[in-house]
Amino acid sequence: MDAIYYLHPTTQFVLFSLVKIVLAFGITLTFVAYAVLAERKISAWIQDRVGPNRAAPFIVNYLPFIGPALVRLGIFQPMADGLKFLLKEDFTPAYVRKVYFWLAPALTAVPAFMTMAVIPFGSTMGNPNNPMVIADLNVGVLYTFGIVSLGVYGIVLAGYASNSKYPFLGGIRSSAQMISYEIAMGMSVIAVFMVIGDLNLSKVVAYQGGGIHHWMVFKQPLAFFIFLVAAFAETNRLPFDLPESESELVGGYHTEYSSMKFALFFMGEYANMIAASAMMVTLFFGGWTFPWGGGAAASLWGGLAHIACFIAKMLVLMVVFIWVRWMFPRFRYDQLMDLGWRRFIPLAFANILITALVLAALNH
Amino acid sequence: MTKVVERKPLSLLERTYLPSVVGGLQVTWKHFARSLLHGKPVTMEYPEEKWVVPEGYRGAPYLVKDQEGDTKCVSCQLCEFICPPKAIRITPPGPDGAPADRANAEKMPREFEINMLRCIFCGLCQEVCPEEAIFLQRDYSLTGTSREQLVYNKEKLLALGGVHGGIQKWKHKLEEAREQEAFPVNQE
Repeated sequence: MDAIYYLHPTTQFVLFSLVKIVLAFGITLTFVAYAVLAERKISAWIQDRVGPNRAAPFIVNYLPFIGPALVRLGIFQPMADGLKFLLKEDFTPAYVRKVYFWLAPALTAVPAFMTMAVIPFGSTMGNPNNPMVIADLNVGVLYTFGIVSLGVYGIVLAGYASNSKYPFLGGIRSSAQMISYEIAMGMSVIAVFMVIGDLNLSKVVAYQGGGIHHWMVFKQPLAFFIFLVAAFAETNRLPFDLPESESELVGGYHTEYSSMKFALFFMGEYANMIAASAMMVTLFFGGWTFPWGGGAAASLWGGLAHIACFIAKMLVLMVVFIWVRWMFPRFRYDQLMDLGWRRFIPLAFANILITALVLAALNH
Repeated sequence: MTKVVERKPLSLLERTYLPSVVGGLQVTWKHFARSLLHGKPVTMEYPEEKWVVPEGYRGAPYLVKDQEGDTKCVSCQLCEFICPPKAIRITPPGPDGAPADRANAEKMPREFEINMLRCIFCGLCQEVCPEEAIFLQRDYSLTGTSREQLVYNKEKLLALGGVHGGIQKWKHKLEEAREQEAFPVNQE
């Protein structure tokens, strides 16, 4: 292993980055698959149902007690789902605009995964020159907002390319919804960065490193609340799932999609949820730091513990995402717009103003 | 009479949605805890767990035996004639067929087939049977891997039907007739 450290620094950087990219991508994809399972299971429990508990590959027969328990939990369901998506006929309706129809799923899925690049998911693995973040950008959060905004193009394009009324309505709704909530979301984090004084997400985490009382969620609760609601709207989750709203728009923008192209939309949605959770953990819940504080890890195990801490915080937020889904009825379109433009944007402005005043008062 | 429902305007706290958010979280949490931590979810996992149908449920028709274990059916074919979907097919013994199990019966069917794919569980066969030989019983879920498997023959129907020694239809008919006779008719 030490041989790596004798290489040219650039080569080292490329090698480490590659490993981190592969790891982050693989872990995110796994989380996407199991987020779907968690969604189905938690939804089932909330609705007094059982949820998926049948998928059982032959290997289960060789595991005496754990096997059946895993089957009951539906652990193998994501594999069955994935296999089904892969083997299904990739059907393209005759009336669609082909180029955009093929482009849209990729445009939805790719930005969702790209936001992961700037999120510091761990401290170090013992080597202080190798932080556990793929791209330690000094404009980290601007990059995230830029990339997240791209996600809406995939949905709008899908709505346009499908050349059919329900996807079209879904596309229109999503463009209006995502653009308006993005403003509220951006405004809400401005207050956070006014306090911290840096856009680099690693610095944001370092600022909150002192323990649970340093977390931004307690210093900027209003910002967190606005960010949370806007994140629901941005990821098309209930109560803001107007772009897909199964009960009124059939499936919304992905009505005409099937097999792997549909799976890409699905993966994009869940990857967005993961990205939003990761962003919230980083901005408001101290990122990878432990609730009792502590700096960067000095050993491999410490680094792994930090990553585990980050993932645990993220999972809690994911559960909140799923939990909230069964609480609210869907907003009406005009209520959604009203909430975004007339409540959250003024609230975010007020928050910025108050934060500025408090900061000015403290600095004097 | 019109009842006017008083609709109070929402208070400031209610307009923030926060009380309803908390209420919603409580409701969903209650159900989550109920199905996960204690007790069972409502779902009945069908092939493993089945509904217990009440007594008198009209499921699939099976042939029954009398208290001596003899075939009650006398091959009169009334059920075959009345069966609306034509699910029953009876092969009579013919002039030189095997004698009936019962001493006081003239004959019994050589073969008695009910096509369960056709049967509509209407109960007319039970209604029409003069010998109380066929009854709708409590099976409601019949499965097979081929159409042939769901044509139940005499042997299978008798095995599934079991013994119905206690039912005495003619006795009840007689009682009914006597009641009719005894019923006071308004005479002028």
